[in-house]
Amino acid sequence: MSEVGVRLARSPLGLTLDAVREAIADAGLTLDQIDGVATYPGKMQAFLGFSPIGADDVIEAFGLTTRWHVGAAETTAQLGAIAEAAAAVKAGLARHVICFRTVYEAAAMARPDEFPPMERRKDVTGNSQWVSPFGAFSAANWTAQFATRHMKRYGLTREQLAQVAINDHANAALNPRAIVKQPLSLDTYMSARMISTPFCLYDCDRFTDCSTVVIVSAGDALDEVRTIPVRIAASAGSVERYSWDQAEWASAYPTGRDLWKNTDYRVDDVDTVQLYDGFSFQPITWLEGLGFCPVGEGGRFLEGGKRIARDGDLPMNTGGGQLGWGRLHGFGFAYEAVVQLRGEGGARQIGGNPRVAVATSGGGPMAAALLLARD
Amino acid sequence: MVWQRSRVRLDNDNRAFWTGGADGKLNIARCGDCGGFIHPPREVCRHCLSDKVAPFAVAGTGVIDSYTVNHQAWAKDMPVPFVIARVALDDAPGVYLTTNIVGCPVEDVDIDDRVRVVFEEQDGIWYPLFEKVA
Repeated sequence: MSEVGVRLARSPLGLTLDAVREAIADAGLTLDQIDGVATYPGKMQAFLGFSPIGADDVIEAFGLTTRWHVGAAETTAQLGAIAEAAAAVKAGLARHVICFRTVYEAAAMARPDEFPPMERRKDVTGNSQWVSPFGAFSAANWTAQFATRHMKRYGLTREQLAQVAINDHANAALNPRAIVKQPLSLDTYMSARMISTPFCLYDCDRFTDCSTVVIVSAGDALDEVRTIPVRIAASAGSVERYSWDQAEWASAYPTGRDLWKNTDYRVDDVDTVQLYDGFSFQPITWLEGLGFCPVGEGGRFLEGGKRIARDGDLPMNTGGGQLGWGRLHGFGFAYEAVVQLRGEGGARQIGGNPRVAVATSGGGPMAAALLLARD
Repeated sequence: MVWQRSRVRLDNDNRAFWTGGADGKLNIARCGDCGGFIHPPREVCRHCLSDKVAPFAVAGTGVIDSYTVNHQAWAKDMPVPFVIARVALDDAPGVYLTTNIVGCPVEDVDIDDRVRVVFEEQDGIWYPLFEKVA
């Protein structure tokens, strides 16, 4: 992983290079052993800060010789890129795949001449036509409506939602790479300005500049790797309705259920969860969807915050999540799961010799989940 | 709200929805074979794959499935706060419309409130908004 920050001077390609260098050094590989590249969502010229670096850029700029690559937005959310890499190595299409996500939204907003914002089209088309005319421009507005319904139907409270942000801040304060350095109090949370009810400022993640790299290697290529390997024990991904105001609930539910279909591991085996939290409500859908608690009980699962704390029954978002670490856009969760399973978390390392972790991404219209295990 | 809403680019699929308000109609695409509703509108029925899909004027009444009070001004001329809601239409099963609830204070909106459509016209587009039914 590169430096993580807000309005970094380093270029997006430079951040990607830093993350790739660190990852191959950690794996004990050299660039000429890399024969695959996977990224989400691929280079997006229209949102240059959102995804400035594509698979092609990495192959060209770093002089790679690859046999397989992919960079696609139409997949099962961010971690879908890692699942695709796993499928590729299993099929023999590649042996060592660099999977990356480079985000540059904070710096791009500060330097609009270099990274022009999306052209403000006069006319809206596609899915945005069904939401933008009503002022629902942000995923905050769309996700908030699922949260409101959970409150009404199951009694979710803002104090329960706050536990996601408080836990994230506490863990981020122990993570040298996180953008948040200070713990968050319930009082500060409750008095923060509203964005879109029930979400206040602390319920929403924050634009960040960073590149995160995970290398996926074939099982029969591990003799070439000099690090503690972590196995992808299962993966799942789904899309509910892409026009997600038509969805009954979020894709975290079908994805969470599917994760357990191709593995002998069970919910009780999981030592830590790294759950996508672009908004504080999303981990609640993941806890319910994955079966850590019944549907409707996610808020009560978080009550008081002890259960999800580093020394709790189910340590959650130990690196600080997106609300504390920064908006690494999904890849931070896979990265942190690997860190914890290797026991390399330093001050934020959980106890108990963790062997099984779940990492997720997305959860709105599309979602992906990975079950990771250290054998 | 008086701000300039995003203008929709009209096409064969969406024209009936965005201009039906000129005749006071809330048009939702419906399958002539199975009777299922298709929203967002497309030329193929997502239920039975028939291509006999045509606009159908629904009653324009429904209930608030969920909502949020938006406090963030995403555009310069956007007055806040206002209610963004997802309305479940009474007679179009499975269809939800993202919309605004207008004509009442934001505090007065709740899930399961009954609402009916009102149209706001801007530049040839009739935006379906909803107000509470007393």
